[in-house]
Amino acid sequence: MITIDKVSKHYGSFQVLTDCSTHVNKGEVVVVCGPSGSGKSTLIKCVNGLEPFQDGQIHVNGTSVGAPKTNLSRLRSHVGMVFQHFELFPHMTIRDNLTLAQVKVLKRDKDEAAEKGLYFLDRVGLKAHAHKFPGQLSGGQQQRVAIARALAMDPICMLFDEPTSALDPEMINEVLDVMTELAQEGMTMMCVTHEMGFAKRVAHRVIFMDHGKIVEDDSKEAFFANPRSERAQQFLAKILQH
Amino acid sequence: MEYQWNWGVFLLPSAVNDGTYLDWMIAGLQTTLLLSLSAWVIALLLGAVVGVLRTVPHRGLAFGATAYVEMFRNIPLLVQLFFWYFVLPELLPAVAGNAFKALNPVAQQFVAAMVCLGLFTSARVAEQVRSGINALPRGQKNAGLALGLTLPQTYRHVMLPMAFRLVVPPLTSEFLNVFKNSAVCSTIGLLELAAQGRQLVDYTAQPYESFVAVTVAYLMINVVVMLLMRKVEVLVRVPGYLGGK
Repeated sequence: MITIDKVSKHYGSFQVLTDCSTHVNKGEVVVVCGPSGSGKSTLIKCVNGLEPFQDGQIHVNGTSVGAPKTNLSRLRSHVGMVFQHFELFPHMTIRDNLTLAQVKVLKRDKDEAAEKGLYFLDRVGLKAHAHKFPGQLSGGQQQRVAIARALAMDPICMLFDEPTSALDPEMINEVLDVMTELAQEGMTMMCVTHEMGFAKRVAHRVIFMDHGKIVEDDSKEAFFANPRSERAQQFLAKILQH
Repeated sequence: MEYQWNWGVFLLPSAVNDGTYLDWMIAGLQTTLLLSLSAWVIALLLGAVVGVLRTVPHRGLAFGATAYVEMFRNIPLLVQLFFWYFVLPELLPAVAGNAFKALNPVAQQFVAAMVCLGLFTSARVAEQVRSGINALPRGQKNAGLALGLTLPQTYRHVMLPMAFRLVVPPLTSEFLNVFKNSAVCSTIGLLELAAQGRQLVDYTAQPYESFVAVTVAYLMINVVVMLLMRKVEVLVRVPGYLGGK
């Protein structure tokens, strides 16, 4: 579904990604973790072309992301993305947040889009809030709306960029529950997250990054039981203390 | 010498018998309103476009927009006005130049003043719009793009609605400035409010009454603008955000 092949990226002389290669198969859940500044968010943003990269290739469902001829808008319209800071559109009601791209990008008619949007809003347990504005919801609720907004586009895969990092601890689980459910339904997912509990429960594979390189890329069992690199061992030791 | 106040002066027939002096003031007020409002429309439209262009990821466009802004906001308004009125008609191709000069003098003054004031203000509006766009969280643009919206769609539906809301207060200042700056246009002979006030002094030797009337008229215009913009601020308020409930 997603293949990342020898991708490198630099800002001027600063190397952000070095020779990153990995893949995500259909129906697979891959968690990307690593210390801050290790390039994991950059890598996931390269997948739908939000960040350009200089070397290497990324293919999503057979389409090359970096190729100049690629219609990035079309590609992105079926690659769902969820952001750290939710990024709902604050001047629109929840309903309009859910329907905007369906109408403008997929050219669905308004009623169909609203029906679809409300269906997913119901699935994340927020149907009663359709008429509200994002600012009137809690962080956890906003993030669930953001997931519903992405799902309403019928994505072939979902990218999560630290979806719980900006949340109060008590709201993290409501978001992780939605993500877990999604994974169990077979959605292809690439998640940048520090939630190792989620990784243990849900992920098929774990990628560990450090200094712009993919240091480990292993099944979750192998990763948690026996990380090969010293850097990953240190990281796990620090993160799992709690 | 004691100053002889005479508020009745406004009701006297004018020296050239074209109504009362009050009619002069009203005519001046109308010109000021018409000039400023049409300049404001130009400023908002052009300013929005130029402000957006300053933020787009295209070097040529962004450079052009920056050059536009710097040119119009760094040359004194008076100099710009003289350029539009005295110099440009001579530089234009003969057809256009002559067409301009064939207009009646009042229309020439009005068009030059409107274009001048509109472009001058558009550079300032552009800066406000740019600052509004830059004040948005970076992720908003990404969120729009990630949903498959094109960059223009993302500007139109995601970024600009919030950017404009953010800059309503500074735009109010610019709106007020248009009316105040329009007084400069009396220097090319346009009989707007300030010019009519000065003319009244020349004809009646009642300067205090005249300047009080002009001052009150400008104040009234700007009170109305302020109230209007406050209404706009309330109307576009976003619930749960930016001072909304």
